Amino acid sequence: MIRCLLLLLLFALPARAGDEEVVAGLSRDNIGITAAFNGSEVLIYGAVKRNAPEPGGAPLAVIVTLEGPAHPVTVRRKSREFGIWVNTDKVRVAAAPSYYAVATTGPVAEILSPETDVTQRITVPLAVRAFAGPIEVADARPFTEALLRIREEAGVYSLDEGAVRLVEDTLFRADFQLPANLTEGDYKTRIFLLRDGKVVDRYQTAIYVRRVGLERWLYILSREHAAIYGAMSLALAVFAGWAAAALFRLIRS
Amino acid sequence: MQIYLPIAEVSVNAFLLLGLGGIVGLLSGLFGVGGGFLITPLLFFIGIPPSVAVATGANQVVASSVSGVLAQFKRKAVDVPMGIVLQLGGLAGSALGIWVFNRLTKLGQIDLVVQLAYVLFLGSIGLLMLQEAVRAIRRARKPGARPHVKRHQHLWVHKLPLKMKFRTSGLYISVIPPVLVGMAVGVLAAIMGVGGGFIMVPAMIYLLGMPTKVVIGTSLFQILFVSAFTTLMHAITNQSVDVMLALLLIIGGVIGAQIGSQLGGRLKAEQLRILLALLVIAVAAKLGLDLLIRPAELFSLFAGGRG
Repeated sequence: MIRCLLLLLLFALPARAGDEEVVAGLSRDNIGITAAFNGSEVLIYGAVKRNAPEPGGAPLAVIVTLEGPAHPVTVRRKSREFGIWVNTDKVRVAAAPSYYAVATTGPVAEILSPETDVTQRITVPLAVRAFAGPIEVADARPFTEALLRIREEAGVYSLDEGAVRLVEDTLFRADFQLPANLTEGDYKTRIFLLRDGKVVDRYQTAIYVRRVGLERWLYILSREHAAIYGAMSLALAVFAGWAAAALFRLIRS
Repeated sequence: MQIYLPIAEVSVNAFLLLGLGGIVGLLSGLFGVGGGFLITPLLFFIGIPPSVAVATGANQVVASSVSGVLAQFKRKAVDVPMGIVLQLGGLAGSALGIWVFNRLTKLGQIDLVVQLAYVLFLGSIGLLMLQEAVRAIRRARKPGARPHVKRHQHLWVHKLPLKMKFRTSGLYISVIPPVLVGMAVGVLAAIMGVGGGFIMVPAMIYLLGMPTKVVIGTSLFQILFVSAFTTLMHAITNQSVDVMLALLLIIGGVIGAQIGSQLGGRLKAEQLRILLALLVIAVAAKLGLDLLIRPAELFSLFAGGRG
């Protein structure tokens, strides 16, 4: 039994066997969303630690992924019924990451083997599909493709080939520009060291994105004291309406 | 200047929101409509999630109607007893409307019904108002041909029991028609997710025979309570009111509403009606075209697993 488990572990972590290891750091592992929040830059940097001289053959490649918290999404399709365009079909995706970015040292086709991509779920379609649970419609493919297409167009999902800079096969850095409409949660950061399309070593950490200050206070109030929050919103509206009326009367007189 | 909205979870330009609020407030002060039928689609358009847009739109309508109704009170243009009678019908109507809404949601066709309701009601009301107002202006232009004021028509409406005196409106009618009007508006308002001013205003003029000057103030008075109730319900049940978003829309909106009611005092009633009619027709035409033209993207994404 134990031997079986060990074998499984060895299978799951082929990386540990290698002589090359990733050592990495983040420019920031904490992002606070304030009212003036307008996106954030994250620099992920690292080095390759070697216990032996660099092996020859296939060149070294690095892939960095950044993944936001996952939420359920409904994808709807319109079709023409009685001359008008109506939402007719829908597919519920149990969970899809709110943000997913991949940065690589070179073209994915050259540095990543399809098998590795399937097991590690690195590229955008595989990473998103990993979440997609049971699907209700038999032919769900156009729906999941639409999810990827719409989010890629919105810049939420991205693949940037060549965005990771690797110096002397040792030092690397990747810059990510996080969008302004960030969702609160833990952003999973993965770094893969690859040779010949296979993973040599991997490193995983997280960036914590949280609301801070007024944003946090309002959010918590709206969830935990909804009635007070609602009354506050109303009071604000009534006061603003009255104040404007009073102000304009003053200006006129 | 970008600002992050805590509930909507998006970052938008603060000046854009101020401007949006301003335009809707202007219309609210000018025509006595809450502006819900404009603010909600506009918020969708700039990327605010629909549930947040509907709830926050209602909150913004509260502010602009307070501002507008105070200005109307100064001009003694609010018929409070009439507003209360309409309100009673309105509450019953919105309860009924919410029930219909939930039934349709279960059937999965709520979007279509809402869109069709917009096109149908906005379109027909807009055309009727336009026709009527153009006729009134033509009549006024003919010298000597004074319009025949038909304030005291004796229709079946006037034979109904429970008569009540509405002094500000100069009416002595049964409370049954206003309650029914309030109720019908309440049903539509709940289904279409709006305050209902654009239906209420013509209904008051053409069905109840109220003078135009009083209609705007009374409509605002009624909308104020409906939207306050809606805001509170959304905040408690869906937690979808974004106070930061509301604040920016409100600041723009209250200023717009004041300017609007100033302008409204200067324009003639017929001109006001033509402007409102054109606006209503434009919104209906836009929504109608959306249904007829093949959309560029057939797929759409909705956050959340429901719906």
